[in-house]
Amino acid sequence: MFYQEKKSIVNIISTLLISGIYFWYVFQSHPEKGLNTDELLNFWARTLLWLIPVTIVAKIVIHILFGIFNTVASNEPMKSDERDKLIELKSNRNAQMIFGLGFILAMLAIANGMSVNVMFITIISGGVVAEIYENISQLYFYKRGI
Amino acid sequence: MAKKGQLNNNIRTLRFMNEEMTQQQLADQVDVTRQTIAAIEKGKYSPTLELAFRIAHVFECPLDEVFSYQFEN
Repeated sequence: MFYQEKKSIVNIISTLLISGIYFWYVFQSHPEKGLNTDELLNFWARTLLWLIPVTIVAKIVIHILFGIFNTVASNEPMKSDERDKLIELKSNRNAQMIFGLGFILAMLAIANGMSVNVMFITIISGGVVAEIYENISQLYFYKRGI
Repeated sequence: MAKKGQLNNNIRTLRFMNEEMTQQQLADQVDVTRQTIAAIEKGKYSPTLELAFRIAHVFECPLDEVFSYQFEN
């Protein structure tokens, strides 16, 4: 297994860990039950706005640690070329389709009278699934070719 | 509609004829990863025209001696 494949696996694990730990922490400390729609929107807006810096910082830390560990363990160069960029673009396209599907499902949930919670959970789940699918697509393209 | 086909290459043979050049040595000369050279050799990746020319330049031969395109019947 080479650098790009290991990076995709690290991305899958870090996405699951970061979103899992963050939402576990949020729902443990701020249960959103019994709130009206305005308060729910406020809660979700703050939750999502905090998720962005938390994810960025956590991913930077994880990738620095992974880079150091990978260099020490295998002495493999962290280089990317035209094939890596093409695979990244194709995987990103797949991820956007999944996220778009999640967004449509969220709108359908609201249109059918479901709560704001269902909409936000569907959008966030769509985002997490899209990111995981992006990395699985990368692994697939590296193994099977493009 | 354009006919489909397959891109073939002689990189493995040309490496052998050039003092058994390794995939890593070729990759370094054309500025890609060793995995990309391996994928091209196995037919799992079709390189850009620029990379194809760079590979041909390393072996000092015309492009059609390195790559060929076979149309399906």
